[in-house]
Amino acid sequence: MSLRRAQRRSNLLRDCFALKSRARNDTKGIMTPTRFDHTIIIDLVEPQSKVLDLGCGDGTLMSLLIDKKQCRVTGLEINEKAVFECLKKGLTVSQADFDTSLADFSDGRFDYVILNESLQQVLHPKNVILEALRVGKKAIIGIPNFCHMQARLQIFFGGKVPVTSKLPYQWYDTPNLRFLALKDFHRFCKDNRIKILKEVGITESSVVGFRPNLFANIGVYLLSK
Amino acid sequence: MNSLGTVQTQSVTLFHPPNPLVLKSGMKLGPIDIAYETYGKLNAEKSNVILIFHTLTSDANAAGLHKGAKNPGWWDDMIGPGKAFDTNEYFIISSNVLGSCKGTTGPASINPAMNKPYGLSFPFVTIDDMVRAQKLLLDHFGIKKVLCAAGGSMGGLQALLWATLYPDIVESVIAIACNTRHTAQQIALHEVSRQAIMADPDWNAGDYYGVSIPARGMAVARMIGHITYMSEKSMDEKFGRKLIGKEKLGFDFTHDFEVESYLKYRGDSFVSRFDANSYIYLSKALDYFDMAAETSLVQAFASAKAKFLVIAFSSDWLYPAYQSREMVRAIRANDLDVSFIEIQNNYGHDSFLVEVEGQSQVIKPFLKKVYEDR
Repeated sequence: MSLRRAQRRSNLLRDCFALKSRARNDTKGIMTPTRFDHTIIIDLVEPQSKVLDLGCGDGTLMSLLIDKKQCRVTGLEINEKAVFECLKKGLTVSQADFDTSLADFSDGRFDYVILNESLQQVLHPKNVILEALRVGKKAIIGIPNFCHMQARLQIFFGGKVPVTSKLPYQWYDTPNLRFLALKDFHRFCKDNRIKILKEVGITESSVVGFRPNLFANIGVYLLSK
Repeated sequence: MNSLGTVQTQSVTLFHPPNPLVLKSGMKLGPIDIAYETYGKLNAEKSNVILIFHTLTSDANAAGLHKGAKNPGWWDDMIGPGKAFDTNEYFIISSNVLGSCKGTTGPASINPAMNKPYGLSFPFVTIDDMVRAQKLLLDHFGIKKVLCAAGGSMGGLQALLWATLYPDIVESVIAIACNTRHTAQQIALHEVSRQAIMADPDWNAGDYYGVSIPARGMAVARMIGHITYMSEKSMDEKFGRKLIGKEKLGFDFTHDFEVESYLKYRGDSFVSRFDANSYIYLSKALDYFDMAAETSLVQAFASAKAKFLVIAFSSDWLYPAYQSREMVRAIRANDLDVSFIEIQNNYGHDSFLVEVEGQSQVIKPFLKKVYEDR
């Protein structure tokens, strides 16, 4: 079940962003993020931090954090192929289901715990977020916005569950277990006394300053307890 | 693939009186011969040392070919120029374990006090004792740091103990297809093997040297071993119900099936290359292995400082992957750097010997990183 979930997660990463999932090495050998959400996340991280990346995929973001911010990065990932890709890059990664394995880490072990594009697929998101904020001093969470205007229009005029280029799944094959809007996430943070230190609404190539809950595809949050 | 070419086993005698090895049982043993091989070149700072540990019935010949031998060392696909354990980069030491019969002192060795083979007068050895003997070999080389301690199966257990017994020496560990304590099923399987040997009249309470060989018992022990090293699926794929030397079932007790003849071949060839007493001693050493015997598993790794790479195989039912996951969780709970992958395949416990491609692609960058980060 969890393996299937992870498999689908990598599909989601691919489809949801419709962007290449690999960082590019430019001529000087310096890595450049090819995904805008990665650019935003990297900006949020202080240099030389200790970072845990939950659902780290093939390690693209981890490599970027090491390269650009000299971070010490550990990843957890359930998919064997993705773990294999990370190990091939010399990254520290464990094949594990982070719904259950965060309990092993001591309090405040990491400066940041990153949950990018994986929260909507975990079984116990509340527990995972609270655990992320226990083992990390801060958490960076990226969530897809299920109430983007395009989706709202489809529900309103089409009278059916939205399928858009950014939310490409039919109801019967979606890997997503949780459907939330940026607004829902605000509410969740308030209810659980989690501080939102920063919120960035983005599309695949730019920041959405005006009404992100309507126009952003993704919300990236910097949180603390 | 490049090979190391011809290699040979060397030997050194350590633990001379008055400094015997004090074993975990409290008994003392010395002097001790240790058979070993080295591959690659030790660099000037002595900082490129990798220790490779072997399994229950293997030997110091991990790679390269012995003069006149048909087959190269047991991990030849993994050790050599450009391979996972790259001998162009690293200096590799592989030694035969204490209690074995492949050059290091064991029950078949001559007891200097009696001037005849030890037999059952050989003291009980544990994995800890093997590691402590290896440490003296390292001292003999004047080496103060180990870049990586690596092994699969019983070799993995040695690697784990190196990290916890000598945390200031060991910089990284690669533990493959192993666990932190022998489970009831593993002990049970070993006990059947031991009983097979001990029930053989030719075993003669371990006192058979120069007289007989408990060949039937050893062959059965080895057959059991081989069944546990393969997965149900790999056996079925390899042999299925194929008949051997006949068109249809014979309705007698000669061999009908290919798998029967394979096991017989494995059993018989084992008799000529291994000592029965070594087998029962070493299998007992494995069964005594329990890192959490006196403490919690998390606490058992508290002394370690190494970076870990743990590899398990989905089809390994002798050392199942969940046991590796337990190990990883205990290591992680000590805030140590640990990587873990469960490789999906059908080869069973033997995977660590045959899954060369997958392991190499993971091990090579791991070692490179450890070497760079020193």
